[in-house]
Parts: sequence; structure tokens; C-alpha cells
Amino acid sequence: MASAHECSVVTGLCRIAKLGRQPKITVPVERYFLIASTFCFLVAVVHTVIELRTGVFRPGRFNFFAIGLGFIFQTAFLWIRGQELGRCPITNLFEVFVFLAWSVALVYMLVGSAYRLSLMGVFTAPLVLLLQGFALIAPIDTKHPVSVQANSWLEFHASMSLVAYGVFALACIAGVMYLLQERQLKTHQLHSIFYHLPPLTSLFAAITRLLWWGFALYTVGIVSGFFTGHPLPRIQIMAAIALWLLYAAILQARHLKWLGPKRVAALCIIGFSAALALLWGITFTAELHHVP
Amino acid sequence: MNLFCIGLSHHTANVVTREEFAGNATAESIARDAGCAEALLLTTCNRVEVYGVSNKRISTDEIARCLMAKTNRDPDSYAPPFYRYEDNKCVQHLFRVASGLDSMVVGESEIFGQAKKAYESARTSGAVGPYLHRLFQRAFRVAKQVRTHTDIARGAVSVGSVAVELAQRIFGKLSECKVLVLGAGETSERTTRALVSRGVTDLRVSNRSLDRACELAQAVGGRAVPFEDWVAQCREIDILLTSTGSETPLLASEILAPMLWHRSDRPLFIIDLAVPRDVDPSVNELEGVYLYDIDSIRSVAEQSLALRREQVAAAEAIIADHVTEFVDSISRGLNRFSQPPEHSSLGENPLHASEL
Repeated sequence: MASAHECSVVTGLCRIAKLGRQPKITVPVERYFLIASTFCFLVAVVHTVIELRTGVFRPGRFNFFAIGLGFIFQTAFLWIRGQELGRCPITNLFEVFVFLAWSVALVYMLVGSAYRLSLMGVFTAPLVLLLQGFALIAPIDTKHPVSVQANSWLEFHASMSLVAYGVFALACIAGVMYLLQERQLKTHQLHSIFYHLPPLTSLFAAITRLLWWGFALYTVGIVSGFFTGHPLPRIQIMAAIALWLLYAAILQARHLKWLGPKRVAALCIIGFSAALALLWGITFTAELHHVP
Repeated sequence: MNLFCIGLSHHTANVVTREEFAGNATAESIARDAGCAEALLLTTCNRVEVYGVSNKRISTDEIARCLMAKTNRDPDSYAPPFYRYEDNKCVQHLFRVASGLDSMVVGESEIFGQAKKAYESARTSGAVGPYLHRLFQRAFRVAKQVRTHTDIARGAVSVGSVAVELAQRIFGKLSECKVLVLGAGETSERTTRALVSRGVTDLRVSNRSLDRACELAQAVGGRAVPFEDWVAQCREIDILLTSTGSETPLLASEILAPMLWHRSDRPLFIIDLAVPRDVDPSVNELEGVYLYDIDSIRSVAEQSLALRREQVAAAEAIIADHVTEFVDSISRGLNRFSQPPEHSSLGENPLHASEL
């Protein structure tokens, strides 16, 4: 269900983007939407920090609504940017980071509520804030060196891979929550947050499901990359396959019970860090090799 | 019109003194004997308090005499440590009591039910009128708000409830958990009952004396397991509750580690309530095993209490807002909303809110 919904949203977004007949001059309003979105995530983070400092930590609906509002602004940004470009807005590192942040928020909205992991919002907001904050501050919103034409397969490949990264990001967040809970239980030192974290078994079930979903989406993303009609740099392909193999190895080891839940949770964090590094590398080499 | 609270609690009197004043009077008898327009008696193991509304000032001694009505002891023979709160202070005190802030275990929720029961009892007897009705209804609302908006009731503070709380943090629903109780003593039984109350159905009891194991198993709805078989059970159980009289540890890492492979990633929660301990502390180093001995359980309970104490300021702030608002609303005219008291025999004069 979640996958179908994600696909339809992504495809819809790209389709809407293509509706823009002619590329237009940049409209500053899109940037305002992104700033508004970032502000929403900032509010969610500040709210959590204040609650943690006062010792009254209660993950209520506030975070969910703040992230929801931030998501709406993100979508507005991507929609406008897509119209300008006449294609799915994933043409430079700036757009890639925003799209990734959008994917993380999307998956949280779908998964966070489904698995009753309301606290996930507390961990999701800082990650999205970090991604978007970096995108806004760093001088990475540069025009792509070559004219980027619409290519359905390429857009599908890129957007599907980024949504998969979003799912891996949520798996990473669930991993952090698991390790936090596990450590408190092992050391017998229970903080206020302990009483609001989901049970260990529920967290691990969520991690496993997220890994499977992310892996499936990423596989689709990689396979679709072979139909783009563009020759991709070998290093990109190798790195993408290496990441795919890493997640495949985690799932296989999990299946064969070679890895305990704690190690799987830790590997989720390592895996997503690798994914982020790969994302950077792909965008960097794409710009270097003038790949659309 | 005076609103007052006269009473004694664990803060001011020991249990012997509290016993002297408990169970001798009812709200109705106090209202009649002391001449109050309205009265309510709150008696718990930790406090005996009278909330009253009267036209004239009623002395503390008079209420003390009413509370001692059925005893032969002279209240003047010693100075019972009664406290007295009036008007705003009385409202604040009741809100604190109902919210569990004045309790021996801060944040405990039993007092809420006891206050409700006392209110119901006084209302049925006709001793409660519009003042106390509004006051107690507001107190219940405040107590609920305090519990919802702070962590004052968070965390368990007894051995049984800590064990249950930790088990829920690990497994979520306990209804699917398999529990092995090793040792059929009183401590085991109490903790087992706490687990059963949270949905545990698969219970196995093992004891050196099989008869005693059968006895406990029957009492808690489980089944007895021969003592020589309990180690093998560790392959499939989720919670091990142990409290035997063994002088040496019964479970060590070397015994448990090979069994973990068969457990399909299910965590194992071990509650060792025995002194000397039944489980070697090194077991806690094994992945997926969470060992809590009696000291760590107590430490968790203390952390919960400390957490609750941290919440007191936030709870006091909520209460302060309500006290101001309540007193203002009463001043603006309680009689606008209230009906004339049904127990006209108790209240001689109509109540004038502005006098509060």
C-alpha cells in the first residue's frame, strides 16, 4: 500500500512538473516555500528540545502536524520547481537534497502513523531540518552544466531511488530509537524519553519492514536506471550496486539469524550514512561527467 | 461563608494517630454535629480530612471531636497534629491531594478514586451542596489534567509494577509472552500476579518442591514444570522471574549463551528477585538479554520517583491556574449555576458565593 501510494505521488509530481510547457524564469516564491517548510521542521525540533529540557516529554500531535505542514510546503516547492524545469526537479545537489527530505517526510507520514511510532517524528524532524538547512545554506543550487531534457526512465529511476533513500532514512531513525531504548534497558538508566519510546520488539519489526520496503524500491530504482538510455559513469554504477549489496547483505544476515537486532539497527545507521555519501558522489560525478 | 479543610495526614501524624481519627464519623454526622452547611470526609490510609462549608467559623477542635466521636479518648489529652486550610488555600490543597501531589508516593493514582468515592458517599447522604459539588468536580478535572499534561504518574514505583513496566517496554503486549516463574515464594507470587493482570496467559512455575509449584501454578492460572527442566525452558520463554533460596547462582552466561541461538531474536527479560542472586550478573552482557536484580528494580523505582518529583513544578503551575480561575468563577457568582441545596436540613442559609 505504502509503495503504491509513494509511486503514485512521485509519478504525479513528475507529471505535474512536465505540464509546464515552457521553462520559465525562476520565481522567488518557491524559495519562500522551502524556507517556510524548513521553519516548520525547525519549530518541531525546538518544541522537542524544550520539552526534553523541561523533562516533560510528550510526543503528541504537534510534531506530526508540524511535519505535515512542512511536507505541504516542500511539495509546493518541488511542484513549482518542476514546472520551471519541465521535469522532475532532481537536476542538482540542492534539488536532490530537498527531494530526499521530501521523501523522508512522506515516508514518515505513511509509516510513522501506521506503526504507531509517533516518536519517530521527533527524530525525523532534525534529519529533514539538516538536509534542507544544508540545501538552503550551501551554494549548491547551481544550474546543471548540460540542458536537462525530460526523460521518463531517468526521472523514474532517480525519484524511485530517492524515495528508497527516504525509507532507508526512516529505518536509520528507527535504528537510532532502537539503540537508545536498548541502551537504557541494558544500563538500567531510564530517562523520561524511555517511557515514550515504542517497545523494542515493535521497533525491530518496523526496522525489518522498512528495510524490505527500501530494498524493494531501491532495486526498482537501480533496474530502471538501465533503461534510461544514457551511459552512466562506471563508478556511479559500482557505488549504487555496492549500496544495494550492503542492504541485501543486512537482510540476508537478518534472515539467516547471523545478526542480532542490535547489530541490524547499527547497520541501518551505517547503511544510510553510506547512502548519503553515495548520493553526494553520484551528483558530484554527474556534474563532472555532464550526465543529465 | 467559610470553606475549610481540617485534617491530618502522613505529613503530620503517624499511623497510630491517624487510626484514632479514622472510621469514627461520616460526612453527615460531621455536618450535623459541627453545624456545617456542607461537609465531606476523606479517609484513606494516609489521611483523614474534613472539607466543609459553614456560615460561622468552626474550630479545629470541634472537628477533631467529631472525628473522635466514637472513641473514649479526650482530644485535649494530647495535641493531635491537625492542619487547617481556608478558602484559596483549601482549594489549592484539595487540588494537590486529588492530583497525587500530597501523597506519600508522589503521583499515585489511588487517591483520585478514593476522593471520588468520598464525594459520592457524601453526596448520597446529602452532606454535599453546591459549593463542595463544584469544588470536587473541579478537583477531579484538575487531577485528570495534571496526569495528562505532566509525567507525574509516569513510571512504576513498586517491584511488581516496575517488572511489568519494563516487560512492556521490551515486548509491548504481554499477552503473547511466555513467562517462567522460578521459585514459588511470596515475592514471586506478587510479581506474577502483576504480570497476569497485564495479560500474561502462558505461565510456567518451577520449584524444588513440585507440590508448591503446582499450588502456585493453580493460584495464578499456569502450569507446573519439574525443577530439573527449567533450564531447557529458557529456549522458548520471554520472561524469567526468579526468586529461589539458592546460595549459588542457578543461571550463568555459559548455560544461557548456547540457548540464545534458538530464540529467533526474541529478547529475554530476566527478573531476579532473589538474595543471594539466582542469576550471574554477567548474563546481562549477552545480546538480547536484559537482567534486572532487586537492586536495579529498586533503582528504576527511585528514578521513576525522581522523575515524578521533577514534574511537581509543572503540576503546581496547572493547579495554581485552576485555583485562581475557580476562586474567580465562584466570586462571580456560583449561585447563578447551582441549584438550591437538596439537603436543606443541613444548610440553614442560602449560600452566597461572594462571601467565599
